[in-house]
Amino acid sequence: MASMDALARLMRELEDQLVVCMRCGMCQSVCPVFDQTGREADVARGKLALLNGLMEQMFDDPEGVYQRLNRCLLCGSCAANCPSGVSVQEIFLKSRAILTGYMGLSPAKRLILKGMLANPTIFDRLTEWGARFQKIFTRPVNDIVGTSCARVMSPLIQDRHFRTLAPVPFHRQVPFIDRPAGKSGLKVAIFTGCLIDKMFPAIAHSAIKVLDHLGVGIFLPANQGCCGIPALSSGDLPTFQKLLNHSLERFKAGQFDFLVTACATCTSTIHEVWPKMADARNRDAACQLATRTMDINQFLIKETRLQPLANSTVTASTVTYHDPCHLKKGLKVFNEPRAVIEATPGCKLTEMAESDWCCGMGGSFNLQYYDISKGIGMKKAAQIKDTGADVLATGCPACMIQISDMLSQAGAKIAVRHPIELLAQALDE
Amino acid sequence: MIADSLIRQFKTIVGDENAWTDATDLHTYSYDAAVVDPVQPGLIVRPTTIEALGQTVRLCNDNGLPLTVRGAGTNLSGGTVPLPGGVVIVTNGMKSILEINEADMYAVVQPGVVTARLAAAVEAKGLFYPPDPGSQAVSTIGGNVAENAGGLRGLKYGVTRDYVMGVSFFDVEGNLVKSGSRTVKCATGYNLTGLMVGSEGTLGVFAEIILKLIPLPVHRKAMMAVFESLERASETVAAIIADRIVPATLEFLDNFTIRAVEDFSHAGLPTDAAAMLLVELDGHAAQVEEDAARVEALCRSMGATSVRVAQDAAERDRVWAARRAALSALAQLKPTLVLEDATVPRSRLPEMVVAIQQIAKRYDLTIGTFGHAGDGNLHPTILTDKRNLNEWERVEKAIDDIFDDALKMGGTLSGEHGTGLAKCRYLEKETSAGTILFSSRVKRALDPKNILNPGKIIAAKA
Repeated sequence: MASMDALARLMRELEDQLVVCMRCGMCQSVCPVFDQTGREADVARGKLALLNGLMEQMFDDPEGVYQRLNRCLLCGSCAANCPSGVSVQEIFLKSRAILTGYMGLSPAKRLILKGMLANPTIFDRLTEWGARFQKIFTRPVNDIVGTSCARVMSPLIQDRHFRTLAPVPFHRQVPFIDRPAGKSGLKVAIFTGCLIDKMFPAIAHSAIKVLDHLGVGIFLPANQGCCGIPALSSGDLPTFQKLLNHSLERFKAGQFDFLVTACATCTSTIHEVWPKMADARNRDAACQLATRTMDINQFLIKETRLQPLANSTVTASTVTYHDPCHLKKGLKVFNEPRAVIEATPGCKLTEMAESDWCCGMGGSFNLQYYDISKGIGMKKAAQIKDTGADVLATGCPACMIQISDMLSQAGAKIAVRHPIELLAQALDE
Repeated sequence: MIADSLIRQFKTIVGDENAWTDATDLHTYSYDAAVVDPVQPGLIVRPTTIEALGQTVRLCNDNGLPLTVRGAGTNLSGGTVPLPGGVVIVTNGMKSILEINEADMYAVVQPGVVTARLAAAVEAKGLFYPPDPGSQAVSTIGGNVAENAGGLRGLKYGVTRDYVMGVSFFDVEGNLVKSGSRTVKCATGYNLTGLMVGSEGTLGVFAEIILKLIPLPVHRKAMMAVFESLERASETVAAIIADRIVPATLEFLDNFTIRAVEDFSHAGLPTDAAAMLLVELDGHAAQVEEDAARVEALCRSMGATSVRVAQDAAERDRVWAARRAALSALAQLKPTLVLEDATVPRSRLPEMVVAIQQIAKRYDLTIGTFGHAGDGNLHPTILTDKRNLNEWERVEKAIDDIFDDALKMGGTLSGEHGTGLAKCRYLEKETSAGTILFSSRVKRALDPKNILNPGKIIAAKA
């Protein structure tokens, strides 16, 4: 372990960003974790004060700070509501990297991030094996939501109701596409994203169907990897850089107007995080790709001027929309997904209370702090149920996993869908 | 250091999960929103029942441990900065709205209830809790009462003090003291409620608060008037009041603040304007419309270069977005923001605005001024970087001068932020040596060991 002096010196790099926080405490009103626990160390102001304390060497407990830094969903609600405009997420990602460098990754994270995620081919193979064996250990629990639970008590799964891995991942079904622009005159590249590839291939199929319908050309490179956010939020900067480089290589070959994703987190990572965190060799390429990256709903509404589809025979259903933090808070995308739902025949949009309150997923946060995550998620489930909707739509597969778990445990019979799935389904009928 | 055996006793009262002693947790309760140095406490407790709260207070007193009660830690005078090695009692584990009585128009709440949540719950029943401090989205009622918080609606509706019908609180020994009542009238006993409001945690610890509610105004109208000179703007404020119109809010922004807001939010504000007034009237529809027309005419006759009256809710939101953005817009310009709240009788407002401009020039500082013109409560906002020691010395001198000028005009050091640590050494200037002596005697009688938030309001002896 390096000395506290060395750590304080590293933290100094964040000084100009840290001093922006004036400790007004307004972040307390929007932090989903603080709402559950009431602990100052769980809200951005407390964490920023701790990082400042490390920098000033006011106390000597980097491990304690690291622990508390990890009790954060990285949802960005605080930053979106911050009067002083503190770059909270950037500070947290950078300080997680500094502290991880100082203390080292935990063995489990080392295995998952460096052993699997950093190598897309190995990651793909392992999840395919998982998909084959999951039926032995799990059983379906809610047909409408589409969740399963553990057959026997498992410390890893606990009482979760989860969406299972797809029998065949998307990249096996559709390894590669490169077709020119049609009547729209536009061509997009698709960044699939791990969760859509391995859990929700139907979302990717839906996106392709809708893009084809609108005459949008598609470039879908083979052997795609992860956007890198799981590595970065664990402070594993080298793995992030490796994955970023991998993605840039994949997309370098294609000609396209925009890069689209159907995953809120991938969009926000590519658009917001890549330019800030890319190392010098990739910074220019990352910035160039980032400026052309957008959410698929945003693309449909802004670029293709999607018109409401003619009425079809689809049975009418009431849809309520949950705002993924990574679309609403960072990218300010919240009208477009609703516009897609409203353009879909047979869908009637109804709003839930606090539709932009985080669902509590936060990636690995859900694994480390399931109790807090569930507390946040069950509030969301109750608000969804209160609308009386048949369908919960949201633009993020991670939110879909969490909300499926919560709705299923709450015994709700509400289907969980991506807006693009609803639209594609209407095209079918 | 608090002995382990004593910490175990606290844990027995509040539960293991609600008592924290890690250096890391302690550090996160060493500050509030005031620009004062952080002080590390020795223990954080978060009682979840009123009984546990009382026992915690008693245990602190029995062991001579200084205790500081903290709601959301948003106060701007250092009132929730603890004593070294002291105990911080966090109230957000007690956040129930116990009763909203529509027939008798009052609410009973626990101290940790968030102001905006109470306001929303009350509004859902067609009632109104008017005090709206800037931090209401997070601030607690306990903190609002302890600091006698104000807000934008002070002119017409008054401040927190005007809505506290009664309080029950623990004295330093943990005895429950009750004062006031659920009735409009109550003439029994000492007016302990009056003593406790604004006492900043130095005399007792709130257990329950009874708040007055009023009917929710059915109609609102907002407008924005632009002026080419400061004097014209402040004379207009005086003219509106002289015409016997009492707007719910009457806010002022100076040129520096207008430019900062415009750079920040591109709302189309006139960046060459010397000052802007934002006015909102509320009440019965016919009266509001009539008053709005009179205010508009007054603004024009007083020389406003433009008056924009909001025609619908969206426009009204745009008017207030400019005011809401003021603090953010200023905060983003420099790392350190010192938000003062010196207040003068509203007729002296023009003089005070000019005085602040002179002070800014005298000490070569950037000061943006906005605030509640209708009640004379300005917010001269000094933008600086605390790391620049030379400039920080000038900031401290400027604050002294702002206070001196406000007092010369018959004003007060603090309209709504409280005395705390930040202003206690100036208190004698505003009052008298006798006032400090009297206050110290009250404090000594009620808190013989001096453990209740010592050093706040009455300066600690050097």
